[in-house]
Amino acid sequence: MKFATELIHGGNPIDPEHGSLSHPIYLSSTFAQRSMDHFGRYDYARSGNPTREALEEAVAKLEGGSTGLAFASGMAAITSTFLIFAPGDHLVVCEDVYGGTFRVLSTLFKGWGLQVSFVDATDQGAIAAAIRPETKALYLETPSNPLIKIIDLAAAAALAKEKGLLTIVDNTFMTPYLQRPLELGCDIVLHSGTKFLNGHSDVICGFAVTGNPELGQRLRFIQNAFGAVLGPQDCWLVLRGLKTLKVRMEESQASAKTIVSWLKEQKGVAKVYYPGLPEHPGYETHLSQASGPGAVLSFELASYDITKRLLEGVKLAAFAVSLGGVESILSYPAKMSHAAMPAAEREARGIKETLVRLSVGLEDAEDLIADMDQILNR
Amino acid sequence: MNIATRAAHIGLERETRTGAVTVPIYQTATFRHPGLGQSTGYDYSRSGNPTRQALEEGIAALEGGCRGFAYASGMAAITSLMFLFRQGDHLIVTEDLYGGSYRLFEKIFQQFGLSFTYVDTSDLALVQQAIRPNTRALFVESLTNPLLKVADIEGLAALCKGNGLLCIVDNTFLTPYLLRPFDLGADITVYSGSKYLAGHNDTVCGLVAVKEPELAERVYFHQNGVGAVLGPQDSWLTIRGMKTLTIRMDRQQENALAIANWLTSHPEVSRVYYPGLAEHPGHDLMKERGKGFGAMIAFEVSEPHLVNRLLMKTRLISFAESLGGVESLITFPQVQTHADIEPETLERLGINHLLLRLSVGIEDKDDLIADLAQAFEEGEQA
Repeated sequence: MKFATELIHGGNPIDPEHGSLSHPIYLSSTFAQRSMDHFGRYDYARSGNPTREALEEAVAKLEGGSTGLAFASGMAAITSTFLIFAPGDHLVVCEDVYGGTFRVLSTLFKGWGLQVSFVDATDQGAIAAAIRPETKALYLETPSNPLIKIIDLAAAAALAKEKGLLTIVDNTFMTPYLQRPLELGCDIVLHSGTKFLNGHSDVICGFAVTGNPELGQRLRFIQNAFGAVLGPQDCWLVLRGLKTLKVRMEESQASAKTIVSWLKEQKGVAKVYYPGLPEHPGYETHLSQASGPGAVLSFELASYDITKRLLEGVKLAAFAVSLGGVESILSYPAKMSHAAMPAAEREARGIKETLVRLSVGLEDAEDLIADMDQILNR
Repeated sequence: MNIATRAAHIGLERETRTGAVTVPIYQTATFRHPGLGQSTGYDYSRSGNPTRQALEEGIAALEGGCRGFAYASGMAAITSLMFLFRQGDHLIVTEDLYGGSYRLFEKIFQQFGLSFTYVDTSDLALVQQAIRPNTRALFVESLTNPLLKVADIEGLAALCKGNGLLCIVDNTFLTPYLLRPFDLGADITVYSGSKYLAGHNDTVCGLVAVKEPELAERVYFHQNGVGAVLGPQDSWLTIRGMKTLTIRMDRQQENALAIANWLTSHPEVSRVYYPGLAEHPGHDLMKERGKGFGAMIAFEVSEPHLVNRLLMKTRLISFAESLGGVESLITFPQVQTHADIEPETLERLGINHLLLRLSVGIEDKDDLIADLAQAFEEGEQA
């Protein structure tokens, strides 16, 4: 089955009892049992809920995995995954990792003795050099947030395999439509499903997917024991959002390309970060592992003054955190996604005070350009 | 203000634009900023959502705490509280606690270097003896699951204060309507809100209330950082459920007492655990400290075969996990809710092959008793 068909029919078998095309929302916390010795498939909704399961199976299939798990937020998915490690374990993490991930690693998990090295993971040599005897996993984002750096996933996964490490990839920016890390040899894929997967800026959710049954069991154990699960109504909204993933992604990506071309010509714009640009250092690598550059781009403005004017003046793109919705969102990484990172760390990673990130939605590209044009060139 | 009034008014005065008397469901992930460095008070729904906040303020108001927090499940709430601790810290925990809490402590947090000592928290001296130099907190179920032992929260909170420990009370079985742990000196209360607070067996959620602002700030840091938050629709359903907390609980208690009395006189029931019975060891303490005895009953049947018969033959009372809802439920703790605890421990505690747990709902008590009576009788499965 091709991707577009999989989105419509994959995770959503037609209800055999009533013929409903849309999956029912099971708002039940518990399930009555018929036998004392053999419990039914569902007993308590934290452990398993039919609506959540439909979503979990759909996302697992799209990523090419065998176990999919839905969580209350992207951070809940990420934290639950880190709970498979133990004190003394060491992780190699890409340096411009999402600020929220940086925060749990540098506060909560640091306090529990999980060790982390942040490296420029675009450099395979830097990853290899950071591996220690106690290293258990690589944790990667590509394209990274917000500097859109590209990591060679197949090479990283091969190195990890050779050293006996897991490779964990946050695939939020790409979605399985554009990039499927499990097929490149990675072990666990994570998502803030809040973004492109759900795509409507109306649900907070997260996912973990793996193709390894043993890892799947461990993650499922933690999902149930910790219990940071996604509620049934939110699950249903994400199932609904998934149906349009491909058409949304294609339209947003096409608009992103148009906007990038325009931004490059603007005097007020100092630099554009987008993996669809041939001059992007990761261009070749990205094309080899993903089928498109996606719909998130970052750019640096010529001055702080222009940055502020743009953020406060745009009318169509919402000045807000988050990304991946039908609405374009312009955000300011230094004060938003990476606010949890100390200023010095942020500067060292190149997240300047003139950097903005644009998540391109479904508005017409010409309207989005005109909106920015009235500020940059007035 | 009386708790019934507070409960009925949760979320009432939030919507000033339209005057809507129930809080809107803010099904949004993010919030538009008015300007650089400015915020409406909401940035991203993991960090704060107006619907969830109405619920969080509601539980804080019922409990008399400074701040409340809503999570994706009761276990997510407990896990998020465990994030307050560090490698090497020790906690004292109620021995016959919910199996999910036990599993979390033993299978996840022990691996991260926390240690736990399980004691009978209805005995102050045993708790005192368990304190070590690295003990940081007491985690106590105010009314235990499933054996319904009564903890002296006032005595335990004083003991905690004297030894610099946090006093965390899982008050799920009683709710702030029946017991107010902050008035007795506790620092944090935690709930599986899926139970009496939401009350309709239709939402999985967890709630936490914190008494003091400084501690609340630390709890918030992890709620936002880890993000095991409750979604807006479930938050709204929980608010809706909480509005009828007191009237549901009144009826459930009345039914529970009638059923406990009936079970006591039944020839095939060898033991009944219900704190509302005068002979229950915690009866006097609960009478003095709380406003009632709750609606959970545990009982032992005289013969093992009766367990299966009751589970299979009750018609109104469903054989299902969970508790606290308007529908009555019956469970077999040894293999359901407490399956993760070692068999020897279960046997020692009295969570045995004869013990059943009944969560009494708001059906008519005569119908519930008749349902149990027919289930005890020999004959075809209903």
